[in-house]
Amino acid sequence: MADTTHGEGRRASSFPPWLKKTLATLATVAATILGLLFVTFMIGRVMPIDPVLAVIGERATQAQYNQTFRDLGLDKPLLTQFWIYVTDVLRGDLGESIRTGQKVTTDIARVFPATLELATLGTLFGVVLGVPLGVIAAVRRGSWIDQLARFVGLIGYSMPIFWLGLVGLLIFYGILGWVAGPGRLGIFYQGIVEPITGMLLIDSALRGEWAVFRSAFSHIILPASLLGYYSLAYISRMTRSFMLEQLGSEYVITARVKGLSEWQVVWGHAFRNIRIQLITVIALAYANLLEGSVLTEIIFAWPGLGQYITTSLLANDMNSVLGGTIVIGTIFVAINIFSDLLYRFFDPRSK
Amino acid sequence: MKKSFAAAVVASFMAAGLAVPVTAETPPNMLVIANRIDDIKTFDPAESFEFAGADVSRNVYQKLVNFDPLDLDAGYQPQLAESWEISEDGKTITFTMAEGHVFSSGNPVTAKDAEFSLRRAVTLDKTPSFILTQFGFTPDNVEETIVATDDKTLVLTLDKPYALSFVLNCLTATIGGIVDMETAMANEVDGDKGSEWLRTNTAGSGPYKVVEWRPSESVLLDLNPNFGGEKPAMERVIVQHIQESATQRLQLERGDIDVARNLSPEDVAGLEDAEGVKIVDELRGRLMYWSANQKNEMLSDPKVLEALKLATDYEGMSGSFLKGQYTVHQAFLPRTFLGALDETPYSFDIEAAKAALAESAHPDCGAIKISVRDAQERLDIGQSLQNTWGQLGCDIELIVGTGAQTLDRYRAREHDIYLGAWGPDYPDPNTNAGTFAVNPDNSDEAGATGLLAWRNAWGIPEMTEKTLAAVVENDTDTRREMYLELQREHQKVSPFGIMFQQIEQNGMKESVENFVAGGATTAVSYWVITK
Repeated sequence: MADTTHGEGRRASSFPPWLKKTLATLATVAATILGLLFVTFMIGRVMPIDPVLAVIGERATQAQYNQTFRDLGLDKPLLTQFWIYVTDVLRGDLGESIRTGQKVTTDIARVFPATLELATLGTLFGVVLGVPLGVIAAVRRGSWIDQLARFVGLIGYSMPIFWLGLVGLLIFYGILGWVAGPGRLGIFYQGIVEPITGMLLIDSALRGEWAVFRSAFSHIILPASLLGYYSLAYISRMTRSFMLEQLGSEYVITARVKGLSEWQVVWGHAFRNIRIQLITVIALAYANLLEGSVLTEIIFAWPGLGQYITTSLLANDMNSVLGGTIVIGTIFVAINIFSDLLYRFFDPRSK
Repeated sequence: MKKSFAAAVVASFMAAGLAVPVTAETPPNMLVIANRIDDIKTFDPAESFEFAGADVSRNVYQKLVNFDPLDLDAGYQPQLAESWEISEDGKTITFTMAEGHVFSSGNPVTAKDAEFSLRRAVTLDKTPSFILTQFGFTPDNVEETIVATDDKTLVLTLDKPYALSFVLNCLTATIGGIVDMETAMANEVDGDKGSEWLRTNTAGSGPYKVVEWRPSESVLLDLNPNFGGEKPAMERVIVQHIQESATQRLQLERGDIDVARNLSPEDVAGLEDAEGVKIVDELRGRLMYWSANQKNEMLSDPKVLEALKLATDYEGMSGSFLKGQYTVHQAFLPRTFLGALDETPYSFDIEAAKAALAESAHPDCGAIKISVRDAQERLDIGQSLQNTWGQLGCDIELIVGTGAQTLDRYRAREHDIYLGAWGPDYPDPNTNAGTFAVNPDNSDEAGATGLLAWRNAWGIPEMTEKTLAAVVENDTDTRREMYLELQREHQKVSPFGIMFQQIEQNGMKESVENFVAGGATTAVSYWVITK
């Protein structure tokens, strides 16, 4: 008995640490997504909305109602319904959307690249402009640039995105005509580029269709700038506060006493030490945008994931909502893992 | 160095974006429309039952008989059938097919296609199938009741001698669309008669065919190269899903679209002085009404109902927040329908309402909950009712929910007052008469959730008989009179407070001509549009 236990223990410890860690991570990911699915599934089933009516409409007869009720599997116990759903998911079948009449995987393959493209560009704007603004605002605390950063942050926090989006459209599209209007692409360019990734900027560049690229860029620039602005407000504010903390530290005073240049002090020492915190902030901002910016998507007629999930939820199209939940859950987990990896890269202590 | 390079790249990208020339007039042979099209689930005429779906279907599928968009008042006209005869007993209609109609596949349209399409619609038993099955067609009897005796002749055998106008009106509905049998069956999977394929593809003989559909994004229609009629001026039609009215307005002002179909009253007002843009009003079939659950003792008192009808501010609402979008209408048949009643016996008169209430068994009124969905115009109407009914001493509470939530309560007969809208399913008076004025069995077990009278627990065996008598009356003038009389009685005694009929205000470029959204009877027709 004792031998057996000892032997098992020895076998267990024979796993290399990286494999153990990977397996543990995978188990956590699976448990997280399963838990998320369970909660979403149950919310969908207890919501005071009849999913059958969402399929057949209010004019259907009782016989048609009963038939659809059975077809949707709603006559089975809740846990059985959930089990059937999960086994289907494991086979790669997310079911059919009752709202669009298409497979949820097809729908998500269509809407997710639109969101990914928009969120990535938005985050890029937010980081490229927000980080330097935050750093400079901290270094020149109280100066006009600090006041500007605060003003930008304040507007970003307080203005409803819906209003700002409409005003942006009115000015840059309606009056000035600098950018294209709603949608992802001009009507003349639709269907020209065969999708590779589903992201129009990348696909058109890969295929060398530069006219399509320009049209797609002209369409995305305004919503991406708008989302970028909100990211910028958040990122610059957080960067400023992290930097202020570092700049007040003793090692910065020491560095200055040693006679290092201001550039070296700020970027070489203080900024290096906030990189890890910034990764968390940026990852969160990115995940939020990926989750979908529903209002932005509505104003700009951007067929993205946020709008897809929201519209589906209101129509009680639970297959679509659950499919979207899986995508979002996976994104959050993936971004967390990626942040962890970056931590290890930037912070030797975490190794 | 690296940092400045990155900054330069970003700056140049932004500059490139801003420098793109973005305005372009739509080409003269292309029509670009902004509309809310996220209700489209399928293009299959046997299943499609949504507004945006009907718009596509009307331009893709032809029917045995159909409406001329430039003369909707003329009623149904020959289309795929050039003529028809009715037997002496009134139960058999024999259609003779017209020559020269060809599907987009190149196959000619024959009576066999019509037989296939109508049988298919009955046997698939999707939501709109009731439009056909009300004539006695069932999945079990279609092989005897819907028969193509040869390529030119289709015979329909009905279970009763219905009014011919009733039958033919129903055949103009989306479900009457004739599908290319050969193409559908070539795409059949597991005996579905091509349903899965027809959800996203079209196989009709109409002027257009669907080239691409991106759900909640756009529908692209191109000319059917084999269309037998006159070649339409618009060779391509693109319908973009644009949710926001303000966005549609901006696109119209910029010239990026030709037609904006969901403009709010504010945006319509804003476009009135815009150069090169016009607003075209069109009366549609949708009615806005409130109805009182007759399970509620107070609300089943005729005098209370009269008081509520008199305490509704019809003119005040249509003159303010509903301005231009709804007109006062108080009968269950929309104007332009056969037998529609134009009389409006009720107007806002709080003193008369108080007097009526005083004569009731509930002179102090009481608590009333109004179920209303979370759409702006309905919330506004709900608040107006809350205000004016409150003046009678009623304690009004608005129960706001999503469309599905309020509908669930309504179908379960759990509401006090339901504030809702109703649009006709097919262009015959029976479409509304058969739901507002029919309820033969008022028991809960009957579960007649499709009947508005049942949903309000309003048992009306006598009125039901009168309504059913009208569908077998073959003299059109007599039939019209029957409906007029029915509506007058309904206005007086029913628990329905019908208030308004919808006006659709479409914004379009001044050059766009012949845009007909379909009136109260049908859907949009792109093939007659010029610009």
